Amino acid sequence: MSRLAHLLAISDLEREDVERILERAASFAEVGRRDIKKVPTLRGRTVVNLFYEASTRTSSSFELAAKRLSADVVTVKATGSSVEKGESLRDTVTTLSAYGPEAIVIRAPSAGAAGLITRWTDAAVVNAGDGRHAHPSQALLDAYALRQRLGDLEGRSIWIVGDILHSRVARSTTLAFRMLGAHVTLCGPPTLVPRDAEAALGCEVSYELSGIEGADVVYALRLQRERMREALIPSIREYVARYQINERRLSPRQLLMHPGPVNRGIELSPGVVDGPNSLIAFQVESGLVVRMAILYELLAGRERPQGATPREGEGAGLAPIGEPA
Amino acid sequence: MRAISSLDHRAAPAPDLVLREARVLDPRAGIEGVHDVVVRGGAIAELAAPGAAAGDGAEVVDAAGKRVFPAFFDPHVHLRTPGREDEEDVETGTRAAAAGGYCGILAMANTEPPVDAPEALDSLRERARLAASVPVGFLACVTRGMRGEELSDHAELRDAGAVGLSDDGLPVASARILRLALRYERLAGLQIALHEEDPELSAGGAMHEGRISAALGVPGIPSVAEATMIARDCALAAYEEARIHVQHLSARESVAAIAAAKEAGVRVTCEVTPHHLTLTDEAVEGLDAAFKMNPPLRSAEDRQALVEALRSGLIDCVATDHAPHSQDEKELPFEEAAMGVTGLETAFAVLHTELVLPGTLDLGVLVERMSAGAAAFGFELPSLAPGSEANLVLFDPEAEWEAGAEGWESRSANCCFAGRRLRGRVLMTVAAGAVAYRQRSFAMGVAA
Repeated sequence: MSRLAHLLAISDLEREDVERILERAASFAEVGRRDIKKVPTLRGRTVVNLFYEASTRTSSSFELAAKRLSADVVTVKATGSSVEKGESLRDTVTTLSAYGPEAIVIRAPSAGAAGLITRWTDAAVVNAGDGRHAHPSQALLDAYALRQRLGDLEGRSIWIVGDILHSRVARSTTLAFRMLGAHVTLCGPPTLVPRDAEAALGCEVSYELSGIEGADVVYALRLQRERMREALIPSIREYVARYQINERRLSPRQLLMHPGPVNRGIELSPGVVDGPNSLIAFQVESGLVVRMAILYELLAGRERPQGATPREGEGAGLAPIGEPA
Repeated sequence: MRAISSLDHRAAPAPDLVLREARVLDPRAGIEGVHDVVVRGGAIAELAAPGAAAGDGAEVVDAAGKRVFPAFFDPHVHLRTPGREDEEDVETGTRAAAAGGYCGILAMANTEPPVDAPEALDSLRERARLAASVPVGFLACVTRGMRGEELSDHAELRDAGAVGLSDDGLPVASARILRLALRYERLAGLQIALHEEDPELSAGGAMHEGRISAALGVPGIPSVAEATMIARDCALAAYEEARIHVQHLSARESVAAIAAAKEAGVRVTCEVTPHHLTLTDEAVEGLDAAFKMNPPLRSAEDRQALVEALRSGLIDCVATDHAPHSQDEKELPFEEAAMGVTGLETAFAVLHTELVLPGTLDLGVLVERMSAGAAAFGFELPSLAPGSEANLVLFDPEAEWEAGAEGWESRSANCCFAGRRLRGRVLMTVAAGAVAYRQRSFAMGVAA
């Protein structure tokens, strides 16, 4: 079984990699239904969460995923870019690498940060979002959540609606959904859809919601009020009128997704957020098991760094997944 | 027209040289053939029949199978002095130029602080007379402090020895200020070199806006950010009957804007870099900051348009935009890393390898374009015609080497061609009559 060294972008993955991670996530979901939700799989391993941007769900989800696998976790929150912070990204990564972590999960405001730090650490690097570039764990959890509900994505129509231009989620999920056989349509105001999006991401582009009734899944993105100040959209009112997903526009047979956090009343009407079609809470739940599967994929069977000796009883092998700690 | 040797450089003896049986090519002078090139007293003394030149105590170099061209002239170099001597200085930058076959370079004024006062020029010129391996001219800022708000003292700067004006690194964003500078050209008489970029259109951008930036989610710099400014500035130059030099063209829309201006009789010259002639934004897909520069690498269609325009002469010359940066400015996530790449040491070898050998560009055309930038700033073009000042390069067209494998003469290593296998290498550079560079592995000539 081939294993990934890092998880940087969906574009680095083969379909079989995605399938393997999603299957593993399903097996971890079973663990989550037990009384004791913890397995010893990564006992003695260290995971560093390095977050240069505010994040609630991604950061907590990776932290809990590592803990459920019995890894030691340290979360380092830093603000601003590596330049603004004073210490260089390289120095920070070198410092944290001295703890001998097996994985570094990084969230950074600039594209390429996750790929760059692989030069400076022996740890497996997980990209938890780099600028507008990629957010592969989000894409995998979205694919997992949809698969759980739909069984198969082959031939399904998925509309991603909102601020495509600034969205790493849109980029990564589009690639993941397409890899699993879905057709993706990106929809948003022309000023929030990048030029050449069709060619870049292999999808359709629509500037209006007409046609969305044919979608199996509607995936709404967060609209930041900032975009109005930047004159990228004329007003929130016009955006809501044209692009808000509400009860009128969402049919009962369609599933609704959103990466969170939701601006209730802007991209989604309050009613649909909590409505029967909403997968939003299930996405969060899926995030935990998918991130467990990602850490398992990268760390299980990986050589320990020099100096770290296996504890008694662990040997070189891995404890079976199903065995409670 | 001024001699290149009138630019500041370190005084060096002018040895007598015989380059025996070299394949000599100087399309401008109509010279093509195998000759013994005789250099005496700092000048091309004679192009003798192969094997016919007497040694007469000169150093005799076996140049059989090697080529001799007029040396190159780069109108666009960043020497980072004053202020960032950790990245480059006059000595290392001119050594890099000599290693690339250049007999003259022009240094930009976007230093720290910018060169906007006669005193700054005095000190730079003094430094060049002590340390420059090849003649170097210094440009001064168009606007005071490069702030784009008021003109620097153009006439005083000219009297202090500035060879041109540029706010390169930044555009002259205000049409009004540029118009005033062009009008003032009637007094100051200095060529104005323009970095063309509409800062509103390019704001926040880190790479070419197109399919690849859309896929990567890296903010884009649209081609029109350059082309609209070129069109604006050509219109201003026409109105003021002034001349301008447009720096580092990157987009096909810019080529079209230049074509329209030249067709209309505007006095505009322009340049293109080796990286824009040989690379595209596909190089950025790995988000490696080694390929980050401004203007950015653009699409394959843009690259083709630039090559075609260089060949036709619509683009006048090659310029490197040699832009040294320290490792810590480049070892950053792509969006945060500094823009710019070094290029003096690889320019000709890269273009020889990527354009001449595949048959895309004629060798003679490339040789001509490598030095044509001198004329745009009022300097005599290097020539191999007997009687000319000796500015020549000895080139081994067969040598294969890996860029950067033996280190760099430049103090910085941010060359986007580092690690590439190149075909053809500069063996020796003669600038202003003196030997400015010898490639280390190249056997010395023997005194005869």
